[in-house]
Amino acid sequence: MTSFVDIASLDDIPRQGARVVRTSAGCIAVFRTMDDRVFALEDRCPHKGGPLSEGIVHGDRVTCPLHNWAFDMNSGQAQGADKGHVRTYPIRVENGRVLISAELIARRAA
Amino acid sequence: MKRKLVVIGAGMASGRMLEQLFELDPDAYEVTLFNGEPRGNYNRLMLSPVLSGEKTYEDIVTHGDDWYAAHGVDCRFGEPVVRIDREKRVVHSNRSSAEYDALVIATGSAPFIIPVVGKELPGVVTYRDLEDTNAMIEAGVAGKDAVVIGGGLLGLEAAAGMAARGASVTVIHLMGHLMERQLDPAAGYLLQRDLEKRGITVHCKGATKAIIGHGHAEAVLLEDGTVYPADLVCMAVGIRPETRIAVDAHLEVERGITVDDALRTSDPHIFALGECVEHRQQLFGLVAPLYDQAKVLARTLLGQEAGFQPVQTATKLKVTGCDLFSAGDFAEGEGREDIVFRDPGRGIYKRLVLENDRIIGVVMYGDTNDGSWFYGLMKDQTDISEMRDTLIFGPAFQGGAQPDPMAAVAALPPEAEICGCNGVCKGTIVQAVQNGATTLEAVRATTKASGSCGTCTGLVQQVMAFTLGGALVEAPSGMCKCTDHTHEDVRRLIRSMGLKSIPAVMQELGWKSVGGCHSCRPALNYYLLAEYPLEYSDDRQSRFVNERNHANIQKDGTYSVVPRMWGGVTTPAELRAIADAAEKYDVPMVKVTGGQRIDLLGVRKEDLPHMWADLNAAGLVSGHAYSKGLRTVKTCVGNEFCRFGTQDSTGLGIRLEKLLWGSWTPHKVKLGVSGCPRNCAEATCKDVGVICVDSGYNISVAGAAGMELKETEHLASTPSEDEAVEIITAFVQLYREHAKYLDRPYKWVAKVGLDWVKERVVDDLDNRRALVERFEISQSVYRRDPWAEHSTPAETPRWAPLADLTLEAAE
Ligand code: SRM
Ligand SMILES: Cc1cc2nc3c(=O)[nH]c(=O)nc-3n(C[C@H](O)[C@H](O)[C@H](O)COP(=O)(O)OP(=O)(O)OC[C@H]3O[C@@H](n4cnc5c(N)ncnc54)[C@H](O)[C@@H]3O)c2cc1C
Ligand code: SF4
Ligand code: FES
Repeated sequence: MTSFVDIASLDDIPRQGARVVRTSAGCIAVFRTMDDRVFALEDRCPHKGGPLSEGIVHGDRVTCPLHNWAFDMNSGQAQGADKGHVRTYPIRVENGRVLISAELIARRAA
Repeated sequence: MKRKLVVIGAGMASGRMLEQLFELDPDAYEVTLFNGEPRGNYNRLMLSPVLSGEKTYEDIVTHGDDWYAAHGVDCRFGEPVVRIDREKRVVHSNRSSAEYDALVIATGSAPFIIPVVGKELPGVVTYRDLEDTNAMIEAGVAGKDAVVIGGGLLGLEAAAGMAARGASVTVIHLMGHLMERQLDPAAGYLLQRDLEKRGITVHCKGATKAIIGHGHAEAVLLEDGTVYPADLVCMAVGIRPETRIAVDAHLEVERGITVDDALRTSDPHIFALGECVEHRQQLFGLVAPLYDQAKVLARTLLGQEAGFQPVQTATKLKVTGCDLFSAGDFAEGEGREDIVFRDPGRGIYKRLVLENDRIIGVVMYGDTNDGSWFYGLMKDQTDISEMRDTLIFGPAFQGGAQPDPMAAVAALPPEAEICGCNGVCKGTIVQAVQNGATTLEAVRATTKASGSCGTCTGLVQQVMAFTLGGALVEAPSGMCKCTDHTHEDVRRLIRSMGLKSIPAVMQELGWKSVGGCHSCRPALNYYLLAEYPLEYSDDRQSRFVNERNHANIQKDGTYSVVPRMWGGVTTPAELRAIADAAEKYDVPMVKVTGGQRIDLLGVRKEDLPHMWADLNAAGLVSGHAYSKGLRTVKTCVGNEFCRFGTQDSTGLGIRLEKLLWGSWTPHKVKLGVSGCPRNCAEATCKDVGVICVDSGYNISVAGAAGMELKETEHLASTPSEDEAVEIITAFVQLYREHAKYLDRPYKWVAKVGLDWVKERVVDDLDNRRALVERFEISQSVYRRDPWAEHSTPAETPRWAPLADLTLEAAE
């Protein structure tokens, strides 16, 4: 079972926006949707490494700021004609706090 | 012998439980009932009709004195229980005590009070019981100012009730739209519109800072500085389970009193139900599940097997004329699909969320007749694949009403302007069609509508089709996959329908998606801020990264920082500040741009606000090198130094840049001012170029030197610098008001024609002045340095990572 660590208050992340969490596995983008769901994705677009955390969030999709690839944040899968996948991490909200998978603390840089 | 049952709290849940208990076995228990309120059980839900005047308190009493007498209940009303002695099995109020064999805690919940200054002033109430209701009735009857803090179910019922009684009511809501837990933005918009129609002011994204008053509430102050007068303030921001006596008795309490499926607490003699309990991590705020609990607890108390199983409940708002329905989970998600139906003309919005061919969420506004049908399908997990295509039209549909693509146009008043070029309104077109102009050519010939730039062709066709009662001949392609309306039509409709928010546009123009996409959202944000500079507040999350972060993103995710150098002129002190910043933040490259200023490339995001603060301290502001807005005004040295110079081109350039900076435009805008026709500032390939000559200023526009190379075209000549500035400002404003998002001026001028532009900014003096005035109004909001706004102590931390787990790993 995944164990979780508390990283921030939900209010620290803007609705339809994201903040970055630095981990030894690289930067993780933590998104918050209009309806207060959160997603954690690797902050690197598979196309040319764009920071997805800076993309426009629409519904449960995010569009990369560099060349407009769009990703489903549930699966990390690129949408439409583009092919690619971004890694996702377990994350959840409890009592207004954002909790992320504890494996992100433990892991050494690969 | 009868066993002794003590019940704490005479509310909705315990009332129903006692009914069930007496029905199943009238002789099992002798009941003692304590209640904090000085009365027995009434229908709390119906306080809203009492508030609005549709009912009286007497109408809503559910258990009168004779009912309690008939069932031998020992009533101790107005006696809150203050202590439970679990060892001796006795409860105590301040006046009396009672022994129990079984104890039921049903204390409901307590309104949440936000901890602001002035919260304890007289005139500040919550909305929970009859006392609160009477206080609000009093406010309404006297025609006072009332403020409701909280735009959820309770707050809105309070607001509507007081408004119905004649109070002038303002609702302050922290979130972006009303009832955000039950509604999505589109439904929230419709609800707000309906409340505003009945005179209620709604202030979303409003954080209360303090309640002001001497000895009594007088006004509410918000964080953004707004003040609303208030003789009465109702706080309806939420509830939390009333668990104090349970905590004191050391029962197990999480957020609520923990109960098992049989509604037993951690003490086998003590039970609990209602809003005060927590069951499998879930709290309750609506009565339907509480009634289920009541049934279960009655059985448990009689030693029968029973288990509580929570089901999803639906929400309705009891405000006459605001028809909404919401149930289930309407978040988007993997494998989930939306079916959206919008009927802008009738103000209807319906959305179903599907997963695995089952309905898992419903949001409806305007027409909720089918709510319970959808709710039934959802509860029973009915497979809807067979009826998927017509599902949204409800059970009655078999070839019934289809959404009307022309609803938005149909709803326009006759005086709404359709063709901006020729000033033709809807009524004129309708009349022309009725008089026999049934082809586009004929309409153009008789009314001139769409005869110039042609961008309103789509709308003209819609007006024709709607008048003729037929379908569209050929639909022009929409601005993105979310809508069939073109950019130009959306702009016009925003204006003629008075749409002032993104959800309003999406609802009224029948957007096909739930929340837009990365292509339409920035455009809508621009159109709205250009149309309503004072009322609309910029939506940062609808902007592309560069404009959101006020810097240009680089291919590696770092940013470039370009301070403004007015007219390309700088000072040693500014250069020193730039050099210092470059060193302090390890900037990998310092480059002179093609726009006569200096670019610091490769800055880390978290350093941006710090660097800005340093640059601000030296008097440097953002150069907006990232914006669809004013970029640079290139100048040459002019008559101050150059032997050929005819006018002060540097001075004019600086003047123009100081006037125009900060403004948002459909695409970027660049200017050049050269001191003589040698044109060292390359003014003739800019969006606006000025060539100074002995006799004055030659203004030309619509040039470009990017993907297309285009020389400017002559707009006007004038001997006066002031007039030159006025004409240029008017040109920029006309462009701001009419161009399609992401059209540079040269593309827009090509569509509307230079003559049309000339007429408005050169020939028609009144119109020119009006344009300048509107530009100034917009600049009163936007002529501000965004760097200063984002490098405050409150904002700066938001630019850094949310957390750094690499540090934790090392510790
Ligand atoms: C920094 C600069 C190049 C330089 O090192 O000199 C530059 C850099 C960029 N230009 Fe430019 N342009 C720069 C002057 C120009 C000029 C010359 C000028 O302004 O006199 C032009 C041609 C003139 C014109 O605009 O008509 C120019 C025409 C473009 C275009 C094409 C525009 C068009 O309508 O065709 C783009 C693309 C766009 O905006 O969509 C563009 C876009 C860009 C972007 C913003 C690309 C992007 O979207 O990320 C570049 C950002 C680089 C970065 O990482 O910071 N840049 N760009 C110049 C900044 C000027 C300034 O001080 O603000
Ligand atoms: C204005 C209004 C409108 C509403 N509209 C709806 C609606 O449309 N639909 C819906 O489903 N729900 C609605 N609700 C919510 C619904 O009323 C509650 O869910 C329900 O009343 C909760 O029942 P309860 O028995 O748990 O608590 P309550 O009905 O609040 O009863 C608790 C009682 O316990 C008493 N008490 C507390 N502490 C003590 C103590 N220490 N000793 C003795 N007595 C104590 C209180 O005085 C109170 O009388 C509305 C609520 C309000 C206020
Ligand atoms: S020309 Fe402009 S957009 Fe192209 S690489 Fe150079 S800076 Fe970037
Ligand atoms: S790097 Fe993301 S789309 Fe190119």
